[in-house]
Amino acid sequence: MAIDFLYPQYEVVRNPDRCITCRACERQCANLVHQYDVDFGHMVSDESKCVCCHRCVSLCPTRALKIVKTDHTFKENANWTGKAISEVYRQAGSGGVLLSSMGNPEPFPIYWDKILINASQVTNPPIDPLREPMETRTFLGKKPGRIERDADGNLVNNLSPQLQLNVPVMFSAMSYGSISYNAHASLARAAVELGTYYNTGEGGLHQDFYQYGDHTIVQVASGRFGVFKEYLEAGAAIEIKMGQGAKPGIGGHLPGLKVGPDISRTRMIPEGADAISPAPHHDIYSIEDLRQLVFSLKEATGYKKPVIVKIAAVHNVAAIASGIARSGADIIAIDGYRGGTGAAPTRIRDNVGIPIELALAAVDQRLRDEGIRDQVSVVIGGSVRNSADLLKAIALGADAVYIATSALLALGCHLCRTCQSGKCNWGIATQRPELVKRLNPDIGCKRLVNLVTAWDHELKEMMGGMGINSIEALRGNRLMLRGIGLTQKELDILGIRHAGE
Amino acid sequence: MKRVYVNEKWCLGCHLCEYYCAFANSGKSDMVKALKDRKIAPRIKIEERDNISFAVSCRHCEEPLCVKGCISGALTIQDGAVHIDPDRCVGCCTCILSCPYGALSHSEQGAVQKCELCQKNGAGEPMCVQGCPNKAIVYEER
Amino acid sequence: MLQKEGRVRIPSGCAISGIFQKDGSRIDGSHIITSIATMHDRSNGLGGGFAGYGIYPEYKDFYAFHVFYDSQSARDGCEAFLERHFDIVNLSKIPVRRHPRITDEPMIWRYFVAPLPTKLEASQLDEREFVARCVIRVNDQFDGAYIFSSGKNMGVFKASGFPEDVGEYYRLEEYRAYSWTAHGRYPTNTPGWWGGAHPFALLDTTVVHNGEISSYDANRRFIEMFGYRCNLLTDTEVITYIIDYLGRRLGLTLEEISHVIAAPFWSTIEARPPKERETLTYLRNAFASLCVTGPFSILVGYEGGLMALNDRLKLRSMVVGEKGSTVYIASEECAIRVVEPALDRLWAPRGGEAVIVNLQEGGASHGD
Repeated sequence: MAIDFLYPQYEVVRNPDRCITCRACERQCANLVHQYDVDFGHMVSDESKCVCCHRCVSLCPTRALKIVKTDHTFKENANWTGKAISEVYRQAGSGGVLLSSMGNPEPFPIYWDKILINASQVTNPPIDPLREPMETRTFLGKKPGRIERDADGNLVNNLSPQLQLNVPVMFSAMSYGSISYNAHASLARAAVELGTYYNTGEGGLHQDFYQYGDHTIVQVASGRFGVFKEYLEAGAAIEIKMGQGAKPGIGGHLPGLKVGPDISRTRMIPEGADAISPAPHHDIYSIEDLRQLVFSLKEATGYKKPVIVKIAAVHNVAAIASGIARSGADIIAIDGYRGGTGAAPTRIRDNVGIPIELALAAVDQRLRDEGIRDQVSVVIGGSVRNSADLLKAIALGADAVYIATSALLALGCHLCRTCQSGKCNWGIATQRPELVKRLNPDIGCKRLVNLVTAWDHELKEMMGGMGINSIEALRGNRLMLRGIGLTQKELDILGIRHAGE
Repeated sequence: MKRVYVNEKWCLGCHLCEYYCAFANSGKSDMVKALKDRKIAPRIKIEERDNISFAVSCRHCEEPLCVKGCISGALTIQDGAVHIDPDRCVGCCTCILSCPYGALSHSEQGAVQKCELCQKNGAGEPMCVQGCPNKAIVYEER
Repeated sequence: MLQKEGRVRIPSGCAISGIFQKDGSRIDGSHIITSIATMHDRSNGLGGGFAGYGIYPEYKDFYAFHVFYDSQSARDGCEAFLERHFDIVNLSKIPVRRHPRITDEPMIWRYFVAPLPTKLEASQLDEREFVARCVIRVNDQFDGAYIFSSGKNMGVFKASGFPEDVGEYYRLEEYRAYSWTAHGRYPTNTPGWWGGAHPFALLDTTVVHNGEISSYDANRRFIEMFGYRCNLLTDTEVITYIIDYLGRRLGLTLEEISHVIAAPFWSTIEARPPKERETLTYLRNAFASLCVTGPFSILVGYEGGLMALNDRLKLRSMVVGEKGSTVYIASEECAIRVVEPALDRLWAPRGGEAVIVNLQEGGASHGD
């Protein structure tokens, strides 16, 4: 109907002087944008189907393609933007909840970009990481806060189970189902090579990936998909997912269409059945219930694995984290509102939760104020985009970070934010075999290793500049940070001074 | 010896290898100049049916039937790779008939053409390998 | 306006020196003054100080508090607090001599005290913890009062000025100690506050330090979880608290403490035999936030001993000399040679390698 008509957001610009009609664009677009017109003898495109994923642009051998934002416009209105108007049209037509994927794209402040890093001059020397040892190895887990000695007076190792990270970056939870088999294979193999961990997400662990168990964090979420004894035992740590930054307070929904034979087996649900994760864990309605689940999982695995509790950064995150620290959990993972997702209601993704920078600062300070910071490690995620974000996170107080969007970008994701369609042209957020095969894990693994290795190099350079040669001396070292263009309130929450102070 | 190998598991059927091959052997410096408005005759070809696809080109056999059958001595083995001398080729097509892989074909220039691992065109690593977006075609020692 | 130390963090370079008599014999303060004076150019006249062990044998069972007061009201408030918590057996001004280069002096008082048994019992703390908390409380909460020395049979003497002038000012030739440490300071700002001079002390632990640690805020924010308050924002203060926490409160030995503070690199740890590797890994992991990075050389004085420690890369100079039962440690060799030209042995300890000297069995001043 005309009333439903929305002008396409993007235009496919094809340079006819360059196009050699190789038809790679046509073959590679799962959205069927491109077509060879026999009568015209050249390529034509239907831009209404374009999601701006750049698959065609990237593969075009003569650089004949580009995607541009349409200049078609509604009458200018600062309040009723084109987006706001279009969303009303869509909902008036469908009566449905608007769905989106990946992280919050709205122009909220990015605190990482308003924090500056220190360096040594004169009074103490910078350290050159190419000439001196520079250490980024990190251990996650509860610290004892006391010592024990045996009869001979030797120190006894009284540490709880720990995770050793050779680099303070882990791959965040993304379920098999929300992303493809090859994406999981890439993450798992990269985690092994980097000496870090990837996270199964809530979709269970594919039989093929049990071999990477020592570098796997197995997740237990409200849907309990794929959770059984061997699964828990397979991982190096167990993560209880209470919430996710992109959609705090709601569950998940993997459409039955994506539940093929492999996913059905891995998730332990019937083929073709929708996989619905409830909003809460129905056995956790309060903090004392969480403690029971933490210890149930520890009991089930012989107290050999650290338990992580993952929460979304919400307004009272500091108090919640304090409760979790006392629940027996070894590690708290906090996911900020820019964290990604395979599908979330747009309104929730764009309006619920708080920035991870503020949440991290508040949690770290709260745990220190209560004298319990050492009882848990703090891992944060929700848009760590580069090594500077990583360094700032650690200096604010994080033990390590989780990355997912950055990892997917390394795998080819172009942030078109259309994961929910299941037609990912890059073979990541899809289960269609012909699309899944587009992600070769040999390439994927290598690119992930490259990315994290590059960040590690940069982290070391910046640490060396500050005269710090071990990551533990950076953790919580907020004196190394200064704010720029922040209000006193923001500085107070971040626990840093303004540049120039 | 390094050869071009194909792993159909990762072949996406995008046919880009064919275009990169045609470009590499066109003698032109620009792909548009080389291929615009032209029907290409590449030395590597995608075979596909249903959801399976893979690229086929000369395997540089250790005992190549094409070389054995060549009546003019145009096909020779040099350092393990099978090369063709177009000046000596008489266009008898014996090689095309005898190759079990269908890796030889007519050339636009009249003689027979085949994959020579881009050793004569200055592309460096074979262009089909360079252009494959998913490492389905690799150039390696096995 | 320039801010007082504690409101702002002031980086500084320094000179340190220590003389330790392993046989427990006591020497007066003139030697250590001579030693530190040799390194005059490593200080800039904005802070100097000394610590002496074994100086109060007649009061050896009492905590000796040395206190700076900015005003009479600060003194009244602090003394009222001390009287509520301690039995004060002696109080007096610390004797000083007028000195042309030592000015702006605060009131400097000395108290010999013992915790009131009722208060101690009610606190459910052991005696040393009780005393430590009282000291931290005064320094944290009583404006204008600052307890800068609080151990038994030992004392810290410090001021704003060159160390040799400070030594003369405090008449150190009149004190005799088996262990002396000294510090000359080169701060890069001029607060001119006496409390900011070193040594820094808590109970009988004193620290003199040369360096500027890059891990400061990580260490500070961690150690403050355990009741310590880093009011001065100095490296020395935080290092003192770390040593106190790991040693007195957790029970690690000095050598173990050195493996936490100047933690060996992972590559070093991995090259060690399995048993040692396990212990070193444990210490680094369990007390990760107390790893100190950046340049430092420190002398840690304590009852009956002295520890010298360099940062893990040895970014600050430090040499050790021995003559008979006397051990000399200083930033520069000249500061040792000036008091003992004919040494038996002289060496520079490696980065992260602790040098620990203790009184020999039966040492005259050892024990209570």
